[in-house]
Amino acid sequence: MPFQPIKFYQTGSFVVGNRLLSEDQRSVQSSEDRTNSLTLGHRACQGCGEALGARYALDAAMRASGNQMVVANATGCLEVFTTPFPETSWQIPWIHSLFGNSAAVGTGIAAALRAKGKQDIRVVAQAGDGGTVDIGFGPLSGMFERNDDVLFICYDNEAYMNTGVQRSGATPPAARTATTDAVGPHPGEDFGKGKNLPLIAMAHEIPYVATATVAELRDLEYKVEKAMSFHGARYIHVLVPCPLGWGSAPSDTIRLSRLAKESGLFPVFEAEGGDVTSVSKIRHQVPVEEYLRPQRRYQHLFRPQADTETIGRIQAIADKNISRFGLTQSDPE
Amino acid sequence: MERPFAITLEVGTSRHNKTGSWRVERPVYVDRLPPCNDACPAGENIQGWLYHAESGDYEAAWRKLMEDNPLPAVMGRVCYHPCQTACNRGSLDEEVGINSVEHFLGDLALDKGWMPEPAAADTGKKALVIGAGPSGLSAAYHLRRLGHTVTIYEAGANPGGMMRYGIPKYRLPREVLDAEIRRIEGMGVEIVLNHKVDDLATVLAEKHFDAVFLAIGAEIGKRAYVPAGESARILDAVSFLHSMEGQAPPLLGRRVAIYGGGNTAMDAARTAKRLGATDAVVVYRRTRDRMPAHDVEVEEAVEEGVEMRWLSTVKHADAGKLLLEKMTLDEKGMPVATGEFEELEADSLILALGQEVDLELLQNVDGVVVADGVVQVDRNMMTGVPGLFAGGDMVPGERTVTVGVGHGKLAAKNIDAWLRGTTYSRPERHEIAPFDMLNTWYYSDAPQTVRAKLDVARRRSTFDEVVQGLDESNALFEARRCLSCGNCFECDNCYGVCPDNSVIKLGPGLRYEFDYDYCKGCGICAQECPCGAIKMVPETI
Repeated sequence: MPFQPIKFYQTGSFVVGNRLLSEDQRSVQSSEDRTNSLTLGHRACQGCGEALGARYALDAAMRASGNQMVVANATGCLEVFTTPFPETSWQIPWIHSLFGNSAAVGTGIAAALRAKGKQDIRVVAQAGDGGTVDIGFGPLSGMFERNDDVLFICYDNEAYMNTGVQRSGATPPAARTATTDAVGPHPGEDFGKGKNLPLIAMAHEIPYVATATVAELRDLEYKVEKAMSFHGARYIHVLVPCPLGWGSAPSDTIRLSRLAKESGLFPVFEAEGGDVTSVSKIRHQVPVEEYLRPQRRYQHLFRPQADTETIGRIQAIADKNISRFGLTQSDPE
Repeated sequence: MERPFAITLEVGTSRHNKTGSWRVERPVYVDRLPPCNDACPAGENIQGWLYHAESGDYEAAWRKLMEDNPLPAVMGRVCYHPCQTACNRGSLDEEVGINSVEHFLGDLALDKGWMPEPAAADTGKKALVIGAGPSGLSAAYHLRRLGHTVTIYEAGANPGGMMRYGIPKYRLPREVLDAEIRRIEGMGVEIVLNHKVDDLATVLAEKHFDAVFLAIGAEIGKRAYVPAGESARILDAVSFLHSMEGQAPPLLGRRVAIYGGGNTAMDAARTAKRLGATDAVVVYRRTRDRMPAHDVEVEEAVEEGVEMRWLSTVKHADAGKLLLEKMTLDEKGMPVATGEFEELEADSLILALGQEVDLELLQNVDGVVVADGVVQVDRNMMTGVPGLFAGGDMVPGERTVTVGVGHGKLAAKNIDAWLRGTTYSRPERHEIAPFDMLNTWYYSDAPQTVRAKLDVARRRSTFDEVVQGLDESNALFEARRCLSCGNCFECDNCYGVCPDNSVIKLGPGLRYEFDYDYCKGCGICAQECPCGAIKMVPETI
C-alpha cells in the first residue's frame, strides 16, 4: 500500500483560523494585522452580510496588492452605512461618485494611474447588486469589453435594500420585495426574469470571473488573491445575505450563505477566459426548503400551507445548477 | 472650531459612533462541561489534555492528564471509557478514541521517562492508605502531590490490587503496571508490602497518622449454593484469577463452565481458554443485553472462541457434567425458572457471581456504618469515624479501576482539607455542552482510528497483550478528531465572522474579548462558534 501522510487539522480550513496550521497557511482574517478596511462604528444593520463580505474581500485585496490599492464605490447600502458625512469607516483610499458609474470611475482611476506611470497601484470597483446588474450595467459591460485593469466586486443581497427592499435584476424567483408583493396567483418575483451576472461576465471572456459567499472565507480570500494576480477586467460576485431585506435572523447570515451554496441555488465557481475552471463542491447537500424556510421573503411558500409546486420549481433551479456546474462530490472533476 | 455649514460633527472616523448602544443581547464567552469530562469517573479533564495532544505537545497533554490520574498507561488499557459513550462526536460519525490516545500518552511517558511534577512543600502531616489498589494508589499520589507524607499498607506481596490480581495480563501487561506504580513510589510514597491490617482499631489508636484512607477493595468471591456431587470441581473466579500471578495455574480440564455475566466472568473464560481449555462456556441466567459485562469484553471473548449459554442457571454440578435449568424473562426482565433441564459437559465450574468486601478489620471500630456489605461514606468520602476515609470497591458505586482512581482523588482532596482543618467543597460544575450546541459544519470529516488487535490465534494460546497502541501519527489524528465541546480552541471564527470588528484577538493561548462599545449583538459569533463556547445573554436595562 502506498504511504499516505495524514493531513488532518481538526477543523481543516473551514474555520477562520487554525492554531494547528503554520502562520503562512492561515487566512487574512485570522491575522491581528488585517487591514480592517472597514472599521468599527459603521451603521450597517445587525448581522450585515455586506459589511462582512466587503471586509473579507478588501482585506484580502490589500494583502495581495501590498497595500497599494484604490477603491471606487457605487451608491448603495455599503456606501451609505460607511460614510454618513462627516464620518468614514474606510481605512483605505476610497471614493464614491454615483449609483451607476463605479465601473467607469474605476476605469478612470486605472487610466490615470497608467498615465502617471504608477502601475503598482491596483484598482477595485465595487457595488451592490442594483449598482451592478441594473443601474451600473452599461459601464460595467464597457469595462469588461475594454478589459480595463480593474477588479469589480459585486456584493449581491438580491434587492435594493438601502432604499427599502425593491426588486432588482438579481432578485430570485418567488422572493417577496416591496415591489414584488406576495399577492396574486404567483406571489413574489416572477420566474424566468433577472440576470445572471457571473455568466454575462464570462460571456465577455474577461481574464477572471468568480463567485463566492461569506460562508466560505478561505474560498473568497483565495479568489480575491487570484483575481489580483491577473491584469485586465476581473469580476467577483459575492452572495451577502441581508437580514433586513430577507427577513432572516441577524445571527443566520453565514448559515444562510452556506445553505444557498449547499442547496445548489448559488453555484460557487471560478472561470478564466470564459471557461469554468473549478467549482466548489457541495459538502452536505440540502433541499432548497432548508434555505428558503428561515427567510420571511419566502414565507408565503410555507403559509398557510406549503406551496409545493413553487418550492419544486425552485428546487428545479438548484438541480439545474448542480448538473450544469457539476456541484456534487460524485461528479467527475 | 470652524465647521462647514450645517455640520455639527467633526470630520473623522466612524469610531465616534458607539454602535454597542444598539444591542439587546450580548455575547459572552463561556466554558461548558464537555460530556466526556462529565462522564469520566476519574474526573479527568479530557478535552483539556486532548487540546495539547492536538498540537503534538504530548508532554503537556500527559501532564494535564496526570493532574487527575496517576495511571494513564493502565487506564488507556483497562478503562471501559464511559467518556467515549458520552462523546458528542458519536452523534456526528464515531466517538473520539479517547482511550486509545490515553494509552498512547501513557506509554510515551513511560518510554520517555517523564516524571510527575514535584510534590508541594512538606506539610508535616502523615496519611496512611490501606490497600495499594487503584483507589489507594490514586489517593497516595494526590496526597503526596499536596505535600503530605504517605504510607501504604498492602496485604499482598505486590502492589496493584485488582489491577494485578483481577485483570489478566493480556489486558494489562505487568511491566506497565509496575512502571506506573514505581513512578508513584518515586515521588516519596512508601509502600509496605505483606502488611495486612487485621484490626484497624489498633492502628487508629496508635495515632501514628493524622488521617487514614481505607481502600481494601472487594476481594472475596461470592459463593452461591450449587448442589454438587463429591467429585465436582468448583472454583471461584477471584481466586482463579489471583492464582495466575506467580502460582502454578490450576488444573481446569478441557471443558470449563463459567457461571456469571460480569466482566470477571469474561476474564475468567478468556483466561481458561488461554490455559488450554477447548471449551469455555459462560452460563448466564439472563440475556446478552442484560449482561453486566461491557460490550468490548464480550466481543473479544466471543472472538476468542468463548461460548455463551444464555437464560440458564446451574442446578447441579457433577464430575464432568453440569445440569442446567432453562430460564425465561418475565415482563420486568427478571429470570424465571421454566422447569426444563439440559446437561452441559464441563470438567470444572468457575463461579463469577460478584465480590464481597472483607470487613473483618473493622470489627473493633465504632462508628463505621456498613450497609449491603459495603462501607457507607458521606459526600466527602469520610466514614462515621472522623479522619477515617474510604473509597474504591469497598464503598457503594460501580466497581471499576476508573471509579477507584476517582474515589482516590476525591478522598485525597477531602483528606487534604481535613488535615488543614477546613472542608473541601466541590467546584461548581459548568453547564454541559450538548451536541445541538455545536456547529459541526466546521469540523473535518474523519472516522475513528481503530487500534490493531492481536491475531485471534495468538490470543487463544498466549497471554500477550490483545489491544495494541496507536503510533504517533494515528494518535495525533485521533486527538484532532476532538470537537472541543464547550471550550474555546482558538479557531478565530468569532474574530473573523463579526461584521462589526468587535472581537479582539488577544494572542495565542489568551483567547478573545468582546468590544462591547461596538458589538451590535447580532449573534453571528455564537451561531458560528464550532464548539458552543459563546452564549447570548439579554442586556439588562
